[in-house]
Amino acid sequence: MLGLALWSPPARSFCGFYVASGDAKLFNRASRVVLVRDQDSTVLTMANDFRGEPKQFAIVIPVPTVLAKDLIHVADPGLLDHIDAYSAPRLVEYFDENPCAPVLAGRMLSLMASAPERSEREAAGLGVRIEARYTVGEYDILILSADQSTGLETWLRQSGYNIPAGASRVLGSYIKQGLKFFVAKVNLKEQQKLGFSYLRPIQIAYESPRFMLPIRLGMVNADGPQELFIYALTRKGRVEATNYRTVKLPSDAEVPLFVKDEFADFYRALFDEQVRKESMQSVFTEYAWDMSWCDPCASPPLSSDELRGLGVSWLEDPGRGTAPGSRFLKISPGRRSMPIRIAPGGAGGVFITRLHVRYDGPHFPEDLVFQETADRASFQGRYILRHEWKGADQCRAADAYRSGLAERRAAQARTLATLTGWDLEEIRRRMAVK
Amino acid sequence: MDPRTDRPRPRLDPRLYQIAALSGLLVYGITGLHFEVQPLQAAVILTPVLLTQFVCSRAWRLPAFDRKSALISGLSLCLLLRTNHLGLAFLTAVLTVASKFLIRWNGKHVFNPTNFGIVAMMVVTGQVWVSPGQWGSVAFFAFLMACLGGLVVNRASRSDVTYAFLGSYVGIVLGYALWLGQPIAIPLHRLENGALLLFTFFMISDPRTTPSSRAGRILFAALVAAGAAFVQFRLFRTNGLLWSLALASPLVPLIDRLLPGERHEWRRTSSSRSTQSTGGEYETIADPGGARARPRAVVAAGP
Repeated sequence: MLGLALWSPPARSFCGFYVASGDAKLFNRASRVVLVRDQDSTVLTMANDFRGEPKQFAIVIPVPTVLAKDLIHVADPGLLDHIDAYSAPRLVEYFDENPCAPVLAGRMLSLMASAPERSEREAAGLGVRIEARYTVGEYDILILSADQSTGLETWLRQSGYNIPAGASRVLGSYIKQGLKFFVAKVNLKEQQKLGFSYLRPIQIAYESPRFMLPIRLGMVNADGPQELFIYALTRKGRVEATNYRTVKLPSDAEVPLFVKDEFADFYRALFDEQVRKESMQSVFTEYAWDMSWCDPCASPPLSSDELRGLGVSWLEDPGRGTAPGSRFLKISPGRRSMPIRIAPGGAGGVFITRLHVRYDGPHFPEDLVFQETADRASFQGRYILRHEWKGADQCRAADAYRSGLAERRAAQARTLATLTGWDLEEIRRRMAVK
Repeated sequence: MDPRTDRPRPRLDPRLYQIAALSGLLVYGITGLHFEVQPLQAAVILTPVLLTQFVCSRAWRLPAFDRKSALISGLSLCLLLRTNHLGLAFLTAVLTVASKFLIRWNGKHVFNPTNFGIVAMMVVTGQVWVSPGQWGSVAFFAFLMACLGGLVVNRASRSDVTYAFLGSYVGIVLGYALWLGQPIAIPLHRLENGALLLFTFFMISDPRTTPSSRAGRILFAALVAAGAAFVQFRLFRTNGLLWSLALASPLVPLIDRLLPGERHEWRRTSSSRSTQSTGGEYETIADPGGARARPRAVVAAGP
C-alpha cells in the first residue's frame, strides 16, 4: 500500500517526522536525544518512543554532511535508559533526629523519576539524489541531497513516503543551507534476523560547526506541543540554548511526604507549571554534572564503555586506571548512604547537561541552537522529604522542635503549591495541615 | 541658554541615563530573569572597574576620575559576563578598563572596553562565556529595552551608528530568511532578542570607539552587521555580534583616515569652565584634521 500512506494525527517527532504506511496509527511519547559534542564533532543518538508497527516507521533528519557507513550505528537502548535514570530529577529523604540527643548520622535515599510519559509526534521524510544507501542493523538508510524541495518532495511521494502539507517549505530552507537528509526505515528481514522486537536508537556522527537540533520538520503537522529530552555530553561544561532562554528547574525544595508516592505526577505537574510560568518559551536544565560522580546517585554513573557507546571519544584508554564505578568514595561518612563514584581521567571527564523542552511552532519557531559553556557548576533537580521525629522525649530542644513543625508543614504545602500549581487547600488537606 | 556662557544650558550627562538603564536591566535580570550572576560577582566586577579607572587616571595624569564611563563598562560586564571563577571576573574587569588606556591610536581607544574585555578573556582563558539566550524574546521586554536604549542614544548625539547597524542587521537577517524561504516568525524571533538590543543601544553606540564622521560610522555599522551575520550564519558560532565588533574596531583608525570627521568627547562643562559647576554636558569637538590633529580638550579628558 505504498501509494496510500497516511499520517497519523497525534504522531510527533523532534528533528524529523515519521512516515506511516497504510492507515495505521502512530503513537509516540517523548523523544530522547544524546548529543555528544567535542569541538566540531557531534554524535547524535536518537531514541524515539515509537509504538507502531516497525514497517510503518521512517524518519527524516537534516544532517550537515553525507555520512559514511561507519558513522552510522544502532545503539543499545539500555544506554538511553541509563543516562535518563542517572540524570533524572530526584527525591531525597531525610529523617529528623531526636532533638534531645542530636547526632550527625542520618539516612538519605533517592528515588528516581523517569522521563515523563507524554508527548507524541507526527512525521514524514524525503529526498532527490541518493548520496548513499546502507543497511545498518535493522535499518535501511538513505542519505539524500536535493537542489530544490519540490523535487525532493516528489521523489519521496513517488517512493511511498507521505509528506505532510507544509513540509516542502521547511525542506527547502534546509536544502538552501546545504544540508543533506538522513532517511531511515526498518528493514523487516534484518530485524527478524537480529531478533529485536523493538526499534533500537539510531546513532549518527558528523563533523560540523553546527551545534543544533533541527526541530522544525517535526512540527510541520504536529497537533500539539512535543516533548524533548536532550542529554548533552561534553568535555568542558554545561550546554545551553543560544536562541532560547535556558533556565534551571526549581530545585532543592522541601515538599510534603505524600509526594513520595506520586513523584512522577509531581514531576509532571512541576514541569507543566514551569513551562506555563516561562510562557513555553524556555529550555529547562534538569541536570548539569561532572559524570565522574553524583550526589545522591539516582542511578550509578555510566561506565567508560557505556559512554563510548554513546560516542564519547575523549576518555582515557580503558586499560589505564580503574574503571568508573569500581571505586567508591564515601564523603562525610554517616551523612550519606549513597556512594559517590569517581571515574578515572579527571581532566578528560565528561560533563552532562540534561535539557528538557516542550515546544510547538508558535513558541519555538527556530531550530534549537546550542553552545557549550565553561560552566562546571553542579545542578540537579532535587526535592526533599523530611520525616518528622516522633519520639516522646522531653527537653527544651524537643519543645522547640515540636512547635516549629506546624510552620514547617505549612511552608512545605506552600512550596508544593507554588511548584506544581496544585490547589493549596487540597495539599493541606492531604497533609492534614490546618 | 545659560546667560553666563551663551551656551546651551548644561544637560544632565547622558551617561547617567545609561547607568540608570543598565542598573535597571541588571536588577530585572537578577530578580526577574534569574541571571546566573550573584550580587557578589557584580561587586567583584564593579569594584575593580572603578579602581582601575582611578589608578589609570592617576598614572596617566588625567585631571578627572571618570567614574561614569567605568561604571557603564562594569554594569555591561555584569549583564554579559558569566564565569565560575570570581578571579576571572575580577581580571576581566581590570582588563576592560585598562584596555582604554593601553590600546590607543591617535588619542582614541580602539575597542569598546566591555567588548574587548569579554572577547579577550574568551580567547585567552576559555573559562568565561556569554549567554545570548538569557533574555528570551518576550516582546514587552524587547520594547522596553528599545525605549530605554533609544533614550540614551538620542541624547548621545551619535544615534546614526545605532540606526545604521540596526538597519543593516535587520536587513541581513530578514533577507537571509527570505532567501531560505523561512517563515517570518524565524527572523522576528532572532530580532526579538534582548542581547541584540543591548548590543545595539549600549555597545556599538559607544561614541568613543566609533568613527568620527557620519559616513565612517555608517560604514562601520554595516561592517559590524555583516560580520555578525557571517559569524552566525556561515561559521555557526555564538556571539557573532561581539566577535564582529571586536574584529571591526581596529579598522576605525583606517576609516577615520579615509573619512575624517568630528571627534566626539565626553566632557564635563565643569572640567573646562568652572570647577564650581555641578552640571555637565557632552559635546562633539571639532576635529577637522581627523585623528591626526588632536584638540587640547581631548587630551585633557582622557579615556
